[in-house]
Amino acid sequence: MAKKKFVVGCFDEETVLFSAVKKIRTAGYKIKDVYTPFPVHGLDHALGMRETSIHTAGFIYGITGTTTALSGMSWILAKDWPLNIGGKPHFSLPAWIPITFELTVLFAAVGMVYTFCYLCQLAPFVKKHHFHPRATDDLFVMAIECTEKTNTEDLQAFVKNAGAVEVNVQVAEEGWWFGRYDKNEMPFESKTVAA
Amino acid sequence: MASSIKEQFEIPSKLKTWAYALIGFGLLAFIVGLITKGRGTEEEQAQFIGIIMYNTIFWTLVCNAAMFFICVHTLAWSGWQQVFRRIPEAISTLVPIFGSITLVLLLYIVFTGNHHIYHWLDTKAVERDEILKGKSGFLNAKFFVIWTVLTLGLWSLLGYRMRKLSSEADGAAMDNASGKIYIWKNTVTASLFVVWFGLTVGSTIHWFWLMSLDAHWYSTMYSWYNFASTFVSAISLITLWVIYLKNKGYLEYTNQEHLHDLGKYIFAFSIFWAYLWFAQYMLIWYSNQPEETIYFKHRVQGPYKGIFFLNLIINFVCPILILMKRSVKRNYTLMTFMAVLILFGHWIDFYLEVMGSISKDHVTLGWLDFGILSLFVGLMILFVAKALAKKPLVSTYDPFLKESIIHHT
Repeated sequence: MAKKKFVVGCFDEETVLFSAVKKIRTAGYKIKDVYTPFPVHGLDHALGMRETSIHTAGFIYGITGTTTALSGMSWILAKDWPLNIGGKPHFSLPAWIPITFELTVLFAAVGMVYTFCYLCQLAPFVKKHHFHPRATDDLFVMAIECTEKTNTEDLQAFVKNAGAVEVNVQVAEEGWWFGRYDKNEMPFESKTVAA
Repeated sequence: MASSIKEQFEIPSKLKTWAYALIGFGLLAFIVGLITKGRGTEEEQAQFIGIIMYNTIFWTLVCNAAMFFICVHTLAWSGWQQVFRRIPEAISTLVPIFGSITLVLLLYIVFTGNHHIYHWLDTKAVERDEILKGKSGFLNAKFFVIWTVLTLGLWSLLGYRMRKLSSEADGAAMDNASGKIYIWKNTVTASLFVVWFGLTVGSTIHWFWLMSLDAHWYSTMYSWYNFASTFVSAISLITLWVIYLKNKGYLEYTNQEHLHDLGKYIFAFSIFWAYLWFAQYMLIWYSNQPEETIYFKHRVQGPYKGIFFLNLIINFVCPILILMKRSVKRNYTLMTFMAVLILFGHWIDFYLEVMGSISKDHVTLGWLDFGILSLFVGLMILFVAKALAKKPLVSTYDPFLKESIIHHT
């Protein structure tokens, strides 16, 4: 996969981060992502990301579960193998509601987890580039995409000016890869490349 | 933040006119009903009392649930409701008013020994009846009266104390220490209210007022079921007032974020209501015991069939399908529609509960029901508006106010 050049700015405070995101976006730079140690309210909005459609997916999975449960049970208990259970009618809807509910929840939950993993490209053995190891601890790490025309010196100064405590340039794999971290790309090592 | 966020509600004359018109219409219906039904056959008299009964009990419980809303949020130390807290407060001022109507009516039933409404009041029948005899330690006139008076009295008293405490945050800015004392006092009163609420609304008061209409029948889900019903109605009522005041240009700091959370509440408690409804229904359907199924027999298969399923559609199917989307919960028009629909739906639910027991053979939903409803709606509008006008709409110095203003869903 393609390697790309990024300018990475690290921030240690949310308030600074928000204003920096605003400044960098209005200046016309493209932010690839901001990696935060915890969910930050309103950051997706500030980054201009569109509303997630995972809940629509969840609704569809849920409906699938409902349909599966109801059609399965009605076929089994009313058509294929009708049994007399406590003198109840073969088609006894109230007794099926709990199972229908469970299957709806199961389909919706499992479906949404897998969809989430797919969207975030999370799977066993899938590896991705880490821009800064402290992104999982106490640092907000912002990766800005560079083109050939980008003046990285200027951009670094600009990000520093916007309140970053640490700025560097990294040439990194954009997507994901299978296997293990490259020996040269251990996540805990410094990845700073001389610009 | 000092004086800039003070807001004072003034009752628009149009609202007053509407309230008086509704009350007038309701009183007219009451008088006509009193003449035509109140002096008719015993069955008609029972119907007349039943219609007033489910209306007054419904509205008393709804207004009390508004105070429960405040107390629960106080106990959870939540802040988001603070910008519109004065609205549930104003709604809860109706507890003594509707409560006394309820009290007068229930005392009237008990002291006249009206066993068409409460079969267990007939002492001779109880003597001959093993089941009622077994229940008579709890289900007797003396206990009923004492418990009802105590319940309504403590609801009103503790609600009054909560409202009075909240006025303290209007006066002057609090420093850290006095803010802590303020929150502590709120916490203590709110916990007293919640404990009493659990003892009454969570269990006993529904057994007395509503479940004893079918004196032989019992269900352990019944009180919770009615609690869910009135709580979701109370939140719909709060939502309606929030939207009304917002439309009139008040409540500057209440915005879509707060509306969204109210919408979530309505959505969640509609599902909770359906869950309890179903738990009660399915257990009875499954075990198929005659003494239990008798409650549902004429409701599901008899004349109440239509209302029975209408109840489920309005209170479960509509909220789950319509309120599921985020954009709906943030839309003022749709939220108004849903709040009105749900209030109506739970009113119908109470109708089904009470009138389904009093008049088993035919559905009597008609002009008198809607007339009495309009009396209560008119009273509600009038007194809530008056209570809102008494205090500023936002308690300026509440410690949680900032959290509420910057609330983000």
